[in-house]
Amino acid sequence: MKQLLFRFLIGGTLVSVFALIGDLLRPKSFAGLFGAAPSIALATLALTIATQGKQYAALEGRSMIAGAIAFFLYASIVSNVLMRYKPPALAATLALIPVWFATAYGLWLVWLR
Amino acid sequence: MRIGLDMSSIEASRWSDYGLRFLFGGVVTAVTGWIATRYGPVVAGVFLAFPAIFPAGATLIEKHEQQKKAKAGLDGRQRGRAVASIDAAGAATGTLGLIAFGVLVWRFLPSHSSLLILAAAAVAWLAIAMLAWWIRKRLW
Repeated sequence: MKQLLFRFLIGGTLVSVFALIGDLLRPKSFAGLFGAAPSIALATLALTIATQGKQYAALEGRSMIAGAIAFFLYASIVSNVLMRYKPPALAATLALIPVWFATAYGLWLVWLR
Repeated sequence: MRIGLDMSSIEASRWSDYGLRFLFGGVVTAVTGWIATRYGPVVAGVFLAFPAIFPAGATLIEKHEQQKKAKAGLDGRQRGRAVASIDAAGAATGTLGLIAFGVLVWRFLPSHSSLLILAAAAVAWLAIAMLAWWIRKRLW
């Protein structure tokens, strides 16, 4: 429980810092890069290395590649849908989250399992 | 367009906006830790690139653009969604840097200094993301 709380605080802080940097930058296409910042990865991997060791963290790094490919597909589709159909951003980003899960699961099945 | 600072979005943000992102980021990091304990590193690692705060970020950008247009007496809904789309395209470009981050951690962490590899992976993320953004700008 103590470790989960620690993860929560470290993760929340790093995510906020990267979000703040993104907010400060222009143009928006450049600031958007920070929407895919490795904030959760940095927080998690640092704690994982300390508790489980480097080999364990390296395995997480390999799986992260699959998550990043899924994120690429998800963000690309969100961008296209928002530009073409102009739905509310919250509706589009939440409705398309299954794209990330499906892609990540597919990559896990064919590559990571 | 040149890269620069834009303080207006900070001024338009409220503390609750940052609180929301802190909450999402904290929850996903804690849940990833729990998944690792329950299902192991192969499953948990996928969530290191989960778009945790992306919906909140896109929604805030849309809201801020709408507010800007509303101040000028215009309906900024279409503009807000178009800017959120541009931000999403930027995030898609940023994920190429995330792939580089993952590759470095996977291939080099076991045999090198942890601090060195995490720092190098963070630098690689930024460098690849910026390069991809620059190439994209040149092509389109």
